[in-house]
Amino acid sequence: MSMPFYVSPEQVMKDRADYARKGIARGRSLIALECPAGVLIVADNPSRTLSKISEIYDRIAIAAVGKYNEFQMLRVAGVRHADMKGFSYSREDVSAKELANAYAQTLGQVFTHEMKPYEVELLVAEVGAPDDDHAEMYHVLYDGVVMDEQNYSVLGGQAEQIIESLKEQYQPGLSLGDALKLGAKLLGTDGTPLTPDQLEVALLDRSRPRRAFRRIKNNELSTLLA
Amino acid sequence: MSESSALPLFSPSVDPGPSFADVLRRLAPHQLPGAGVSGPSTLEIPHGTTVVAIRFAGGVIMAGDRRATAGYTIASRRIQKVFPADDFSGVSIAGAAGPAIEMVKLFQVQLEHYEKVQGDVLSLEGKANQLGQLVRANLPAAMQGFAVVPLFAGFDTARDRGRVFSYDVTGGRYEELDFQAQGSGSVHARNWIKASWSEGLDTDATILLAINSLFAAADEDVATGGPDLVRRIFPTVAVIDTNGYRALSDEDVETRSIALLQGPERGGQES
Repeated sequence: MSMPFYVSPEQVMKDRADYARKGIARGRSLIALECPAGVLIVADNPSRTLSKISEIYDRIAIAAVGKYNEFQMLRVAGVRHADMKGFSYSREDVSAKELANAYAQTLGQVFTHEMKPYEVELLVAEVGAPDDDHAEMYHVLYDGVVMDEQNYSVLGGQAEQIIESLKEQYQPGLSLGDALKLGAKLLGTDGTPLTPDQLEVALLDRSRPRRAFRRIKNNELSTLLA
Repeated sequence: MSESSALPLFSPSVDPGPSFADVLRRLAPHQLPGAGVSGPSTLEIPHGTTVVAIRFAGGVIMAGDRRATAGYTIASRRIQKVFPADDFSGVSIAGAAGPAIEMVKLFQVQLEHYEKVQGDVLSLEGKANQLGQLVRANLPAAMQGFAVVPLFAGFDTARDRGRVFSYDVTGGRYEELDFQAQGSGSVHARNWIKASWSEGLDTDATILLAINSLFAAADEDVATGGPDLVRRIFPTVAVIDTNGYRALSDEDVETRSIALLQGPERGGQES
């Protein structure tokens, strides 16, 4: 009988983290920006049909980078989780915080116990009712770490450079158009902003009474970027 | 709820797909409408009574009276029986009030859940069939006296017209040409509508027809509530057209109902 080689737990975790990070770094980035209109999510995504940004519940959206089939599965699980909770209790009892924790639990569990970690990073965002200016953004990493982020959140391979630029260029009170232009510019390379056909954009629109999520596309997108 | 706060993940072979009712069946079957009914009902439980759905030139009008009865007692004077199902359709209920309201709640979540999971809206016919399946799933409870018979109506954006569907307790789904009524006062309401309906009625005329038909039902049927001028309780009325589902405000329905006071019923001589 052959003896398995000893590998230290530190090494196992490091290998898994490297593996997940490499997978995520291959993907294109996305930016979420808080603005008075709500939470704007701008993703570098040339596909018209396979989306990275989706609605979870009345005031909650999810955005993800990484392996499509994995975040697709996590997205659907999130919708089921939220709808179950809203059905059992009340629509008001569904919160982004709770959902982000549920994601963190699942990602953490898979990271430590399964052969292969999920190669995804998630953003769970929530806006308040039309008459309150509160917004929440939770950034969940592949290993289950949750970060509560303010003003902006960036996911994906180029996150670090983009955050550096955002620190200088983001200001609270951005109009929807300005926020969108800023996102398109920072996602582009060498200062050339991405064009409407390279972008997927959605807004958690604070002014809408119940379901806040709406996609910004076609004419509206071109007009806002012009 | 399955009391865990973990995400509901399923392996591909048993994945419930875009159906929320199936998710519920897997995770919390005790929350399905009609769950736990094990024997015939000997209790007097609240029943909702008369609802109508009428097609007109631009869409559909749905309306319902506000009374719920338990035997010979009035269980509620202001129950709501007409609900939005989603942006372009509505559902109204007659029968055992508790399970019926549960069913509407499940149906609303079912449609929105499909839309979110699938990224696409069901066709109007698809929605009508979904409701039929929920009614069908309630059949064991219906056999014990907890029958729920909804009406479903909506604006079919693909065909550009209003459509009305009715159901029986077994989940049988029937598309109506122009209008339908359901509940204890439905015969009177339907006859009233039948006598006055014509192709091409406009929105206001159809709303008035719906209100009048419910008044006619309340006139003949003890379980149907008429306009209550003392408490200012009036029928629930919703319009579904190209702009989607819109419930009329209480004041609006009140104004329209008051017109009845000037109508022919006022001067009728009791012999």
